[in-house]
Amino acid sequence: MGSVRLYAAVAAGSFRRYATYRAATAAGVFTNTVFGLILVYTYLALWDERPQLGGYDQAQAVTYVWLGQALFATLALQGGGFEAELMERIRTGAVAIDLYRPADLQLWWFAADLGRSFFQLLGRGVIPFAFGALVFPSALPSDPWLWLRFLLALLLAMVVSFGIRFLVALSGFWLLDGTGALQLLMVSGMFCTGMALPLNAFPEPLGGIVRALPWSAMLQMPADLLMGETGALRTYAFQAGWAVVLLVLGRMVQVAATRRVVVQGG
Amino acid sequence: MDAFIELDGVEKVFDVRRRTGFLRRERRQVRAVDGLSFTVARGEIVGYIGPNGAGKSTTIKMLTGILTPSGGRLRVAGIDPARERTRLAHRIGVVFGQRTTLWWDLPLIDSYRLAHRMYRIPDARYRENLDRLVELLDLESLLEVPVRQLSLGQRMRGDIAAALLHDPEVLYLDEPTIGLDVVSKARVREFLGELNTERGTTVLLTTHDLQDIERLCSRVMVIDHGRMMYDGPLAGLHEAGESERTLVVDLERELPPIDVGPAARVVRVEGPRQWLAFPASESAAPLVARIAAEHPLVDLSVREPDIEAVIGRMYADRETVVPGARNS
Repeated sequence: MGSVRLYAAVAAGSFRRYATYRAATAAGVFTNTVFGLILVYTYLALWDERPQLGGYDQAQAVTYVWLGQALFATLALQGGGFEAELMERIRTGAVAIDLYRPADLQLWWFAADLGRSFFQLLGRGVIPFAFGALVFPSALPSDPWLWLRFLLALLLAMVVSFGIRFLVALSGFWLLDGTGALQLLMVSGMFCTGMALPLNAFPEPLGGIVRALPWSAMLQMPADLLMGETGALRTYAFQAGWAVVLLVLGRMVQVAATRRVVVQGG
Repeated sequence: MDAFIELDGVEKVFDVRRRTGFLRRERRQVRAVDGLSFTVARGEIVGYIGPNGAGKSTTIKMLTGILTPSGGRLRVAGIDPARERTRLAHRIGVVFGQRTTLWWDLPLIDSYRLAHRMYRIPDARYRENLDRLVELLDLESLLEVPVRQLSLGQRMRGDIAAALLHDPEVLYLDEPTIGLDVVSKARVREFLGELNTERGTTVLLTTHDLQDIERLCSRVMVIDHGRMMYDGPLAGLHEAGESERTLVVDLERELPPIDVGPAARVVRVEGPRQWLAFPASESAAPLVARIAAEHPLVDLSVREPDIEAVIGRMYADRETVVPGARNS
């Protein structure tokens, strides 16, 4: 009970922290809207040539774009969450402070990242999404229960996203400089989440491979769920499976990293 | 005496790998702490000093449990810190002068609310402690200010309060006055002194600022190359370092260097003023009497030795000096 209150306080603090960066949020909303426009017109041209590409019609392709823009910051699809900060703390040795606190490193950063995700969803996601839905044809459902199921998928997507980035951040314990790892995260995020092109539209066998990777649990699966392309149970099972794998892996690496610090110094 | 912190032959050896060629690596062992033994009683306030790389921070890290000793026995409040870090964390407070535990972008009060949850401080206790710390450290007007906007001195007071909200039995301070101006330093020292007298909090103070030690600590430990060089009262440091005091005399006119035999020697002459060095352990009175009787004395003053110089000499000699009083 006490722990729940602690991590709730961490999440709430993180939410408020991101809320203080008002100019950055406004700039982010603008950027996501502009990028959304560019992608929408590119997709429309593409789907004119190749109707039903990836099993989507034009309205679905457009909705997919705006969903991607809305979730770009929320799920830190190409990085930009806590991972750079944690890596910096590892590099400077400030992570020692995190370790002597009576709190768990993974849970602490997970709570902080959830707080950030929720803020980004409201602060940076809603406006581009609403703009896209109002201005362009869309394939959004009217069933409120489907929206609710989508929100649960979104929550699981946050967990998967955290799991990947936590591992990337912990690599800082072994690497002298985390820049490379962060760039890898960015590139893999752009390609494997389906930010550039829906994973459904990838040629086989590449498509089958990327759709099995954890990145597809972040944007592709929730989008398909929302647009009625796939079922909720299948989505949850895939997401939860990867979430467990990533969190357990993260926990193991954390134990190894902590032992390394505790024995070898920062 | 109730030994609160106990170290017995504690060692910390780091493996350092160094590239010596394209693929060749050399492994070397560095002894950061080498057979360190000391005890600190409950309620003591001890200065812990030494040059950079002497092993001070390594000791503090072992005491907080974020570093395991390579050898020896270490206990804080009867607990082995490395094994039960989280349990111990509720009983200790740590302040790093060069790092902050506060939430950088948020108002100061948010960090305190977080500490409230993290250390599971009962509500009434939290409010009582917060009120007291806010008053003593003069934080009232800063509570709603984001930490990044605080000055260094304000941030340090904020950090000290954060480390004390859960009533720790021992407080480790690593360079708490580094970079602070004279007024802020005085304020931090005054507060720490009060904390120790009124609440009986054990304090281990690591610092380069010897004034911190002079103002606060009755006992000082000097460490170098991971070994204890001196452990005892501050005053004994002078004897241990064979330090000298300086007698400055103003004579009526320019005269050749005064000869007072082996009791003192003239180290400098500048017009009618002369500087005489004599052992810090000797009284200045007979010397003054003799000079006054034999020479036309106008004015005089005695200068205490600079501890910094004493310690510097001690590092240079690198000889272990442990007075019997502290030898357990």
